[in-house]
Amino acid sequence: MSKKLMQAVMFTLFRLLSLMVVCILFSIVGFIAYRGLAVLRPQFITGLPENGMTEGGIFPAIVGTLCLMTGSLLIAFPVGLLSGIYVSEFAPDNRLKRFIQIMTNSLAGTPSIIFGLFGMALFVNQLGFGDSILAGSLTLAILVLPVIIRSTEESLNAVNPAIRQASYALGATRWQTVYRALLPLALPDILSGLLVSFSRVSGETAPILFTVAAYYLPRMPSSVYDQVMALPYHLYVLSTSGTDPEATRSMAYGTALLLILIVLFFNVLTVLVRRLLSKYVNIK
Amino acid sequence: MKKLFNISNTLITLLIKLCGLISGISVLLIIIFLFSEASGLFNKPSIDQETVIAISKKNTINDPEAIQIKQIFNREIRNWSALGGKPDSILLFRLDDLILYYPADAVTEVPDTMRARINRLFAQHDNLIGYFPASLMPHEFSGRVLRIPNLNVMDFIRGREWIPDARPVNIYGALPLITGTLWVSLLAILIALPLGLAVAIYMVEIAGRNINRILRPAITLLSGIPSIVYGFFGLVVIVPFIQDQFGLPAGESALAGAILLAIMALPTIISISEQAIRNTPQSMKEASYALGASKWQTIHKVMIPFASRGIIASALLGLARAIGETMAVLMVTGNAAVMPSGFLEPVRTIPAAIAAEMGESTQDGLHVKALFALGCILFVITLLINLSVEYMQPRTKKRMML
Amino acid sequence: MSKLEARDVNLFFGAHQALKNISLQMEKHTVTALIGPSGCGKSTFLRLFNRMNDLHNDMRLSGTILVDNKNIYQRSADVDALRKKVGMVFQKPNPFPKSIFENVAYGLRINGVRNKNYIEERVTRSLQQASLWDDVKDNLNRPALQLSYGQQQRLCIARALAVEPSVLLMDEPTSALDPASASTIEELIYELKIKYTIVVVTHNMQQAARVSDRTAFFYLGELVEYDETKIIFTHPTHQRTQNYVTGRFG
Repeated sequence: MSKKLMQAVMFTLFRLLSLMVVCILFSIVGFIAYRGLAVLRPQFITGLPENGMTEGGIFPAIVGTLCLMTGSLLIAFPVGLLSGIYVSEFAPDNRLKRFIQIMTNSLAGTPSIIFGLFGMALFVNQLGFGDSILAGSLTLAILVLPVIIRSTEESLNAVNPAIRQASYALGATRWQTVYRALLPLALPDILSGLLVSFSRVSGETAPILFTVAAYYLPRMPSSVYDQVMALPYHLYVLSTSGTDPEATRSMAYGTALLLILIVLFFNVLTVLVRRLLSKYVNIK
Repeated sequence: MKKLFNISNTLITLLIKLCGLISGISVLLIIIFLFSEASGLFNKPSIDQETVIAISKKNTINDPEAIQIKQIFNREIRNWSALGGKPDSILLFRLDDLILYYPADAVTEVPDTMRARINRLFAQHDNLIGYFPASLMPHEFSGRVLRIPNLNVMDFIRGREWIPDARPVNIYGALPLITGTLWVSLLAILIALPLGLAVAIYMVEIAGRNINRILRPAITLLSGIPSIVYGFFGLVVIVPFIQDQFGLPAGESALAGAILLAIMALPTIISISEQAIRNTPQSMKEASYALGASKWQTIHKVMIPFASRGIIASALLGLARAIGETMAVLMVTGNAAVMPSGFLEPVRTIPAAIAAEMGESTQDGLHVKALFALGCILFVITLLINLSVEYMQPRTKKRMML
Repeated sequence: MSKLEARDVNLFFGAHQALKNISLQMEKHTVTALIGPSGCGKSTFLRLFNRMNDLHNDMRLSGTILVDNKNIYQRSADVDALRKKVGMVFQKPNPFPKSIFENVAYGLRINGVRNKNYIEERVTRSLQQASLWDDVKDNLNRPALQLSYGQQQRLCIARALAVEPSVLLMDEPTSALDPASASTIEELIYELKIKYTIVVVTHNMQQAARVSDRTAFFYLGELVEYDETKIIFTHPTHQRTQNYVTGRFG
């Protein structure tokens, strides 16, 4: 086969395969959007589940997920940010630094169900928090910790070293250098790490299975020791173990679409934040 | 003023170091908790401590394996000769069976009477095997209490049966779950790798900037969609599709899981291998073109070999993600904890087993510990994969602190 | 009384010895030029005086470095305070991506200065000293990165001057600039020596001859010769120095 023909054949093949993959991926979103849009009404967002979860809304699950997102990032963001700063700016290039890097990388690759087991063993049982927002938030916090550490570390590393030198040469301490000179420059990347974490926490199911999620609890939590419903677990319940899986299907489509929209929202927000901040931060 | 400044500076430095340490030890904590919970399963018999299994004193067999006891009570072994005893049919006794031997109103009597009756039963029937609560153990027992062998780690990993609710002995053999996990995940990567690679090559060399400007954020979006949503899609689309196509009684199968996992692994594989291919130095490509190679030849002979490490890394990361995936798999694979025999059969993976069975098991029971032990296996497998990826891609050169 | 002094300095990075047995005194209100071929250790030597080498992990130092007769490497030394006293200007201009004003005010702010009038006064004064004031006085809130390269370098000098150092270290301050900007900076160095002790690392022989009072020639980590600039450029003692300053190697 001639060189040209071979190339034409291969490129056509690649085009077709790519088209196929793109179609599959988009059809998933499209399919759920198509079925879910009909359900996504104001009452669906603000209502309580009714009639064995076949009607009404998913408000308690939305509130629960918001609680978990806030709780986990309140814990993970400061700890992750400071850890990232430690690894990038404070740690001497020694075994401890390497150890923390390997550990955070392993943490990033650990399956989410493992976090669920760990959260159950430590927070629910050992520390006696029970199934609660507190236990679930802590579990999810450890899950997203590596995302925040990495984005902080990488964005600080990407800052031009000359900036660091200039600051130290003027007698700034490490913290002053980080706070006044480096963080403003690293901010867009750090913020996108935070937004990715939010979107990740909103959809995780396995870690909250044994730490917080309630099957059916149509009231608002009153303290961090309460159980809550959560969107992803609610979708699981609706699609597999509802009282009547066929009757709850439309509720499930709506919930699935809402989860996709949350991810989409944070993705768009990330792009916007980067664009907005890069105007102020024009060198790297 | 200066002093105050120094103190706050020291404090913040301390805080930063503390956080670094916390993050570092969080994995250690996970390992410690996982393994210490799991260790409760091993080096003791897989039987409720309150339960006693006994046979007649006249029965000469050696202490049987846990799996044999399960077979006896399942009536899969019906004769003592199978265990090296005298040929005689096996007579079973469960505490509930007391009604068969005594009138119903007698069963609810005081423990002492119960003890006497149990004692008499074991004295009367040479071929009897039975279990009862240790609290009902007669004082001078006429039967012989069987010692159940301890479960060790190798038995756990190699055991071919997973029956956590078997009575009186629980059977914890993780092999069907390990096989199920690898079976589904490897098939998923086999499907996803060629497709992902094709898209990656398309994005680097064929697609124009405008197409990439749409494709890249779309792929980011897809990698962010929660697995539960993919699982739901699998349940309402892929499972019925497979059921119809292959005329199965139920579409929940290893194949459904593999297809779904392949779709979920695609964004990972595409973005990492695309980056790897794109990193081919311009000079290397130009050298190939200068020798008269076509674009495809350059891709095939120069860029893919250059990017091979990155491509393998992408496949491994996709595999690790597939192995650890819980919810999606739980929803579409049918969850039968048996050795997989074909791709159209239901299988149960390790994460799915943990998620599904944790709710059913009693706190502090052996079953929970067995699930933690499964968690350890899962952790070790994914850790090995992640470390090998780490090893394959040495971190970028150390940055000088200044 | 000498302002800067090195006594028997040996410096290693890991196994590599960067400086060999160097002793050198630099007087108050003089400009000292450090010259020598690339990799001879002159920049490393310069950076000893504000401890910028500290941020390498594998650095080992023997000997003493004195600033105003105080050993700056003794355990109790305050590195941050030292760096305020010993200012530095780098090879490439490295302004922060902030406004002109904030760049110059940075050093004051990290020292905890809050008085607005004082900061404004220091910024104006420093920009004047760095002969940048006339170029920028109309709008101090412009981003520093909008300035030309030469202006950026003068901004960096102003930034260093704002914290009122007594020593100014300059690491090839003109090598990244066009000739016109470079000569502005040279004039500036000449003016500044009235108030500061200045050490300049340079590759440019003419520059060393023009601006410095004394010149030290480094070769492969050793101090070959140190004398008045006139003598180094006209009657050096060592053949190597002669070869280098006349452009026969390096």
